Amino acid sequence: MSDAPRQQAPAAGRAGMKKELPDRFKSYKHVWVFIEYEHGHIHPVSLELLGEGRKLADKLQVELAGVLIGGDVDELGEAARACFEHGADLVYRVADPVLAHYRNEPYTKALTDLVNTYKPEIVLLGATTLGRDLAGSVATTLLTGLTADCTELAIDDERSLAATRPTFGGSLLCTIHTLNFRPQMATIRPRVMAMPPAVPGRSGRIVDHGLDMTELDIITKVLQFIPDRDTDKAQLAYADVVVAGGLGLKSAENFQLVKDLAGVLGADYGGSRPLVQKGWITADRQIGQTGKTIRPKLYIAAGISGAIQHRVGVEGADLIVAINTDPKAPIFDFAQIGIVANAVELLPALTAAFRQRLSVHRLAS
Amino acid sequence: MHTVVCIKQVPDSAQIRVHPVHNTIMRQGVPTIINPYDLFALEAALTLRDKLGGTVTVLCMGPPMAEDSLRKALTFGADRAVLLTDRYFAGSDTLATSFALSSAIAKIGETFGPVDIVFTGKQTIDGDTAQVGPGIAKRLDLNQLTYVSRIAGIDADTREITVERRAEGGVQVLKTVLPVLITMLEGTNEIRRGSLADALRAARAGVTTWNAADAGITELLKCGLRGSPTVVKKVFAPSARTEKAVLIETDGRNGAQMADALIAAILDRNPALDADLRRLSAGF
Ligand SMILES: Cc1cc2nc3c(=O)[nH]c(=O)nc-3n(C[C@H](O)[C@H](O)[C@H](O)COP(=O)(O)OP(=O)(O)OC[C@H]3O[C@@H](n4cnc5c(N)ncnc54)[C@H](O)[C@@H]3O)c2cc1C
Repeated sequence: MSDAPRQQAPAAGRAGMKKELPDRFKSYKHVWVFIEYEHGHIHPVSLELLGEGRKLADKLQVELAGVLIGGDVDELGEAARACFEHGADLVYRVADPVLAHYRNEPYTKALTDLVNTYKPEIVLLGATTLGRDLAGSVATTLLTGLTADCTELAIDDERSLAATRPTFGGSLLCTIHTLNFRPQMATIRPRVMAMPPAVPGRSGRIVDHGLDMTELDIITKVLQFIPDRDTDKAQLAYADVVVAGGLGLKSAENFQLVKDLAGVLGADYGGSRPLVQKGWITADRQIGQTGKTIRPKLYIAAGISGAIQHRVGVEGADLIVAINTDPKAPIFDFAQIGIVANAVELLPALTAAFRQRLSVHRLAS
Repeated sequence: MHTVVCIKQVPDSAQIRVHPVHNTIMRQGVPTIINPYDLFALEAALTLRDKLGGTVTVLCMGPPMAEDSLRKALTFGADRAVLLTDRYFAGSDTLATSFALSSAIAKIGETFGPVDIVFTGKQTIDGDTAQVGPGIAKRLDLNQLTYVSRIAGIDADTREITVERRAEGGVQVLKTVLPVLITMLEGTNEIRRGSLADALRAARAGVTTWNAADAGITELLKCGLRGSPTVVKKVFAPSARTEKAVLIETDGRNGAQMADALIAAILDRNPALDADLRRLSAGF
């Protein structure tokens, strides 16, 4: 993946554009999903990727494998079950006490060894802090291509992975291929691929693989993990309803109006980037290109202009509702429902109307 | 303590326009800036130097005009600036970029003294990959500490470093041994404005310019387009939705009436939301 996206190259004439897969890569088959397993649970993005990986594997007529790396063999066995139920045919399991907490060194070794032994043609990871930390070192160790933070995957006519990602802060999309190297690697944003439905009882096989490393080999030590146990912690990425505010709210005090509406709706709340810069909200509540990607059923944006960097983070919402005083605001280009109104006045009315409606319903039911 | 900070000159993406026909970035007239995340890295390096002494070398791979960014970094207080520029580097993807930068860092170590910490920003705002830092770490066989929000401490004698890094669902406190590569997270600190002395020193300092040979790079096949396993096949603008928002009528309506109309439109569009909202608001 280019860190300095190149301009569109001419279709012919460049060696790099032609697929001339060296013989040593011809035996590379199958689609793998790295399963992010930490603190006793699987990161949802890994299950989303199993759904997407299933489609790619079916198209290529190969198997879909999950890769589970961790400290406890039984826990990983449990996690493997979830992988099978979400579409994996098999799971590669590397269980070793030194893998109990994520550290780059042993995880890179585990995944690299697996790739070199079992030779997948595609390896997908979630574009989380863990996935991006790991993918960068594994791809460099294997000297293969890696496409970051993708939002779309496909297989082209030549069996090549076409990975599409936003670049220049979301102003452009580019489709990237790794033609002459294997595996083809990509990290994919959480919440852009749909979660596949689980098929209870669906099963598969587990292939165990050793690590061949001891604690003495690993220089980095995990001293502590401080969970975000703050009760006000944002759950934006997986919220069904999100209410957000932008600079149009004019002041930090007015942001309370967003929280009030979110409270009545049982929603999570967030905002545009300038609000983080002004300190009205914390960074984990920023929505957009450099913040969270959200996929709620309902997204209400109050006083947000809808700049491209914001748009790419909310486009996956089922229903976008915009409140903005400027009828020409870009948000009206991608919202389904809009109202040209002052959010500072409308939000309290909306909160009151929803409160009444929802409490009436509650009494009735 | 010798730190190397990798910085990239990027177009100010807030001001970028896409060519309506060719779907290419229109760079003309777009100002360039130092990648904002790299400034957090630079600030972290300068803070360490203030505490422990030593030097800060800034390194940039880019076209000759990228020298501007390095000069800027000098005015912020960096001690030395190296520009890595050669047509062989054109079209580098992250694998090729990490090769060139790691070679230059090795050369910086040989020329100006051993490097203890390599800093990069979390990612760039044009490429957004977050892959170059880990790539450099792997190639130089350094321990990598990505998404670092705070350097909690360095013991100069034992050469142990403790950092806090942002992980999924929490903060990981890690301890490791120098030399290391650190990628700095956004918002960790504000870049200082250099002092007048810094500005004067910067004006005198000058930028060291290296081509591939100067940086000791002989394997040109690992550079630029030829050293890049990834190929950009298509660049395009996000598809504009043709359907415009249904606008709620506001004329002559008070807030309560507008709110009712808005709720009606929402539920009209998606009746199933009614049940979802009841479930959520009841706290299930
Ligand atoms: C590299 C990069 C990454 C970025 N990443 C992100 C990101 O992740 N997320 C993000 O959000 N932004 C991001 N941005 C910033 C983005 O470009 C915009 O600047 C930002 O989204 C604008 O925020 P805003 O809409 O709240 O403010 P503004 O652009 O100032 O818009 C405020 C809007 O409120 C309206 N308004 C004013 N008063 C009222 C009122 N009383 N009632 C209702 N409406 C009112 C105005 O008409 C206007 O449309 C990024 C920028 C860059 C360069």
